[in-house]
This record gives sequence, C-alpha cells and structure tokens, in this order.
Amino acid sequence: MFNILALSQAWLTNEAPVAIVVLPLIMGAVCALLPKERLAWFCVLITTLICTGLSFLILRDVMANGTISYALGGWDPPLGIEYRVDGLNAPVLMLISVIGVICTLYALRSVSAEIEPKKRGPFYGAFMIAFAGLLGMVVTGDAFNVFVFLEVSSISTYVLVAMGASRDRRALNAAYNYLILGSIGATFFVIGVGFLYMQTGTLNMADIARILAESPESRVTQVAFAFIVVGLGLKLAMFPLHLWLPGAYAYAPSFVTAFLAATATKAALYLLFRFVFTIFDPTADFIISALTWLLAVLGVIGMFFASFQAIFQSDARRLLAFSSVAQVGYMLLGVGIGTMAGVTAGYVHLLGHAMTKGALFLCLGAIWYQFGITRISDFKGLGKTMPWTMGAFTIAGISLIGVPGTVGFVSKFALLTAAADKGWWWAVAAIMFTSILALIYIGRMLEAAWLQDRPKVDGVDVATREAPASMLIAMWTLAIACVVFGVNASWPLELAGRAASVIMGGAG
Amino acid sequence: MNSHLILRTVSKFLIPLIVVYGLYVHFHGDFGPGGGFQAGVIVAAAVVLYALIFGLDACKVAVPPSWIRIGMTTGVLLYVGTGVVTWLLGGAFLDYDVLRNNPDHPAGQHLGIILVELGVLFTVATVMVAIFYAFGSRTPDISDEDW
Repeated sequence: MFNILALSQAWLTNEAPVAIVVLPLIMGAVCALLPKERLAWFCVLITTLICTGLSFLILRDVMANGTISYALGGWDPPLGIEYRVDGLNAPVLMLISVIGVICTLYALRSVSAEIEPKKRGPFYGAFMIAFAGLLGMVVTGDAFNVFVFLEVSSISTYVLVAMGASRDRRALNAAYNYLILGSIGATFFVIGVGFLYMQTGTLNMADIARILAESPESRVTQVAFAFIVVGLGLKLAMFPLHLWLPGAYAYAPSFVTAFLAATATKAALYLLFRFVFTIFDPTADFIISALTWLLAVLGVIGMFFASFQAIFQSDARRLLAFSSVAQVGYMLLGVGIGTMAGVTAGYVHLLGHAMTKGALFLCLGAIWYQFGITRISDFKGLGKTMPWTMGAFTIAGISLIGVPGTVGFVSKFALLTAAADKGWWWAVAAIMFTSILALIYIGRMLEAAWLQDRPKVDGVDVATREAPASMLIAMWTLAIACVVFGVNASWPLELAGRAASVIMGGAG
Repeated sequence: MNSHLILRTVSKFLIPLIVVYGLYVHFHGDFGPGGGFQAGVIVAAAVVLYALIFGLDACKVAVPPSWIRIGMTTGVLLYVGTGVVTWLLGGAFLDYDVLRNNPDHPAGQHLGIILVELGVLFTVATVMVAIFYAFGSRTPDISDEDW
C-alpha cells in the first residue's frame, strides 16, 4: 500500500509539469458540456486544488533539486518540446494556481449573479482553458510553445471578458478592443520568435540562449528583441500599450477581473523576465540601453501617468485598473534597473501585487454583488453596511499604497533600495511621489466608506448587508496573505532571490 | 423548391465525396501533405456547402448545433486522452512509442499521430461549422422592412 503511495508520489513529481497543464485542459472540455452549473463549479474547484498541490510539489522539488526538465512525447530537447521549471517560474506557477483556487471559491456566488444560466457551464470551461493556458506559458521551455499557450489563454480570456455583457453591454466593446490589441501583441511576439529562429535555428529557450551567446551580435537578434518586448509589452500593459486594460478590467465579470489582474499580466511579465535575462544576453549594449531608456523610463512615466488618471476616475474598477498599469510600471522599473537587487524587487512586487490587486478586485465584486455599486461616490457608508468587506479592502488598499507591515511595503522598499544603490535618485523620487498618489486614490474610497454616514433610503438608514461567506473567505485569505508576507517577508524575498539568481546566473 | 435543381443534384453527389476526400487527407497525413487540420476544414466545407444549397435550417436538422458542441470537446478529449493513455501505459505524456511497441517499425508513432490528428479533425471541423452557424443565425438588429 505504502509502496503504491510512494510510487504514485514519485510519478506525480515526475509528471507534474505536464499534468498541471493537461488537467485543467481536460476539465475545460468537460465543464463546457456539464449540464449543471454547480457540478461545473465543483469540477473547477477540484481541478484548481489539484493544480495547487502539483505546483507545490514542483516548487518543493525545484527548491530541493534545482531545475526540472520534462521532454514532451519522449522527444529530447532541443528537438522536442521541453517543459522546464526553475526558481524563476515555479513561484509564478504556485501564484497562478493559488489565485485560481481563491477566485473559484468566490466564483460560486458571483457567477450566478452575473452570467446567464445557460452560459455558466461554458463560462467555467473557458475559465479552465484560460487557467491551463497561463500555466502552460509559464511552465514551457520552448519559445514557440509559449506563443501557443499565450493564444490559448488570451482567446479564452477575450471570451471571459465578453461574458460581462449580461451585466454591462460595454463589456463587448472592451472585449473587442482587448481582442484586437491582444492579437497584435501575440503577432509581434511570434514575429520576434520567428527572427530568433532565423538567427539560431532552434526554438528551445536554453538552446537559443546558448547559440546566441556563441554567435556574434547581429541585427536580426536586435529586431527579435524589439518585437518580443513590444509584443509582451502589449500583453502585460506596459505604459503606452495599456489601452485595452481599463476597459477589460472594468466590464469583465468581477471574478474574471480579479483573476486576470492577479495572474494574466503577471504571467506575461514573467515571460519578459525570461526572455530579457535568460534568453538574450543582458550584458549586451542594446539590451542595457533598452532596459534603461525603454523599460525603466517608460515604467516611471507610466507610474505617474496612470496614477494621475486613477485619481480622476469616478468608477472604482477603472480606478483600480489604472492603478494596475501604474504598478506594472514599478515592476518594469525593477527590470530596468537590471541589477540583482532590482530584479528581486521587481519579482517580489509581481508576487505581492497579485495578492493585493486580487483582494481589491474581489472586494469590489462583493460590493457590486450586494448593492450594485461601482461608482466611488456611492461608496459612502460602506464601512458600516459591509464592514468585513471594507475591512479586507482597507488592508489590501494600504498594501497597495505601501504602508509598513504589508507586502506592498516590502517590495516598494526593495525597489527603493535597488534604485538608490544604482544611483537613480530620480527613480527613488518617482516611487515616493507615486506612492503619495496611490494614497490619494485609495484614500478617496476609504474616506467615503469609513468616514461618511450610511446612505438613507426614504429617510431610513440602509441596513447592514454583508457579502456571502464564500466571498468573504476568498477576499480575506488574500488580505491576510498581504499582511503575513508583509510582516514575515523572508519567504517571498527568498523566492524572489532564487528567481533573481536564476536570471543573474544565466548572465554569468 | 425547384430552383437550383442542378446545383442541388450535383452537390448531393459532391458532399459525400468531399467528406471522403477529407478523411483521405486525414489518413494520408503522415505520408504526405495533409493532416487533421486540413481534413477538418474540408469536412466543414461539406457542411457549409450543404447549408448554402439547401438552406441553414435544413442544415441544422442534418447537423444539429448540439452535436457541434459535443464534437468540439470530443476532439480535445481525444487529443488529451491519447496523452493520458500513454501515461497509463507508463510512458511520458504523448510518448506514442508505448502505444504499440515494435523495435523495427515505429507503429506506435503512426497510431498516436493518427489518433491525435483525429482529435484535431473533430475540433476543427466542428468549430468551423460553429462559427458558420453563429454568423449565419444572426438576426439583424433592425429588419429590412422596418427601415
């Protein structure tokens, strides 16, 4: 009996990198056919839970034994497709699957309020496929396979965003914008991969890196780099390419918004880390200047621009969406600094912001679920009518601002230190100043919710109506995670340090 | 109903041939140009031709939309199922060699690729028809008489 158990665990550890992608893919097809919405939801919950278990196994294995490589179909790399997990992508896998579980828990009530009954089964199916696509693009070690999974996750995401139409017709327009810009991004990415293939004759990432390091620098490599950065920039909402994001986040079903904000842009950002640092040679002149003048400078401009736009929004979800664009700026700044400390800071911010923004969007979804509120002016008295929801919102909000004791502080402090070490005082000033801007836009909502009296309907105070338990559990899990990792920062910092050492080890 | 008599008669002959040709492209895919994707498009073209000649309503009776939804998922499950079977036989995911072990001739590879491509055929054909149905069944927001 124990033998079987031990055997199956060994098998699971071995096959986990593929199983984590295949399982949600199968369940996506099954869910689309299931007649009962509850059954579909239950399948999704089980699948995300198993994927979390698998990602935990993978993470533990990577921590203990280093890089895992899996040859798909028995074809050894570089000929076959390789799934490759190391310190850089194992935490992202964990992040995506954990957020998947939390959002699924939340989905039960929110989906039944937002999606037409007939479409709920296929909706869960599309979610599973988006989930599989995100995990796939993180786990794969093959540049073209990345593109395939990028499209798998993107196309199902367009569908998920468009499903918001039964709540607000503007979702269709937002999904269409996202479709066009997302497809352009994916096209740019695949053109870049094509140029890389032209230069190196291989699609395996490790192999590309090896050949690029051996061959002299060429124009083709530079063109490939440019296309890939622009393509991924569109996907991760880098500042001037972020135009799809506010609409998509504002009108998608609330559970989709939370899931996307916490995972989709993060997976694209992981790919940016992967391509810039481990595939291309980050010590090359054109990459150093691109990091400084493109990623860091655009990141800082984005921080200012999007934060200012966030301040002047009247819709709460659009406000948080613009804030996401600003936060992507912090991560890009971390990448742009390009030192070990900078990359670590960017990576911690990636992990921390996923929890923070996920929690914030889940809270907004609950507020809409109970009161139908999306405008900030309607927030008054919410601290009294929905105290627990606003409690979680407040904790995540101060984490977004970067108050000590939260995960937002850990990453911003790391970023400040990295920028100061590099001698970029303008970046330090920018981080400080945009944190104050974050204080203003989050403060606007908190002020309305906590300091103003509850609204009156026909002269009677609106009664307290708290969100359902499943929603509260989901948002409080993330809010507590923000605090736990803020107080005890060693775990995320250790993960990020390992990720950064993968990156910098590649640089030599 | 007697309009397009020639078209209707000819396409009644042609449609089975198109489907057979699609299957030929599929099964010939591992020896020459072809494969599940092309075959799926050809099979879907047969359905589209039927709809063009006999009308969308008749086509929806012949190929009901509920089948389409099942077909789309069957294809994915067939593809992934092949991988799961190779898992159960003790190989890596999609390692076709374990399907039929023969040291002289890669029979497992033949079998595996045909099964996987059959999944592709199902999904491509049904998705094509689904897109056609989705566009074809759309009612205009304002009908022509209301102008």
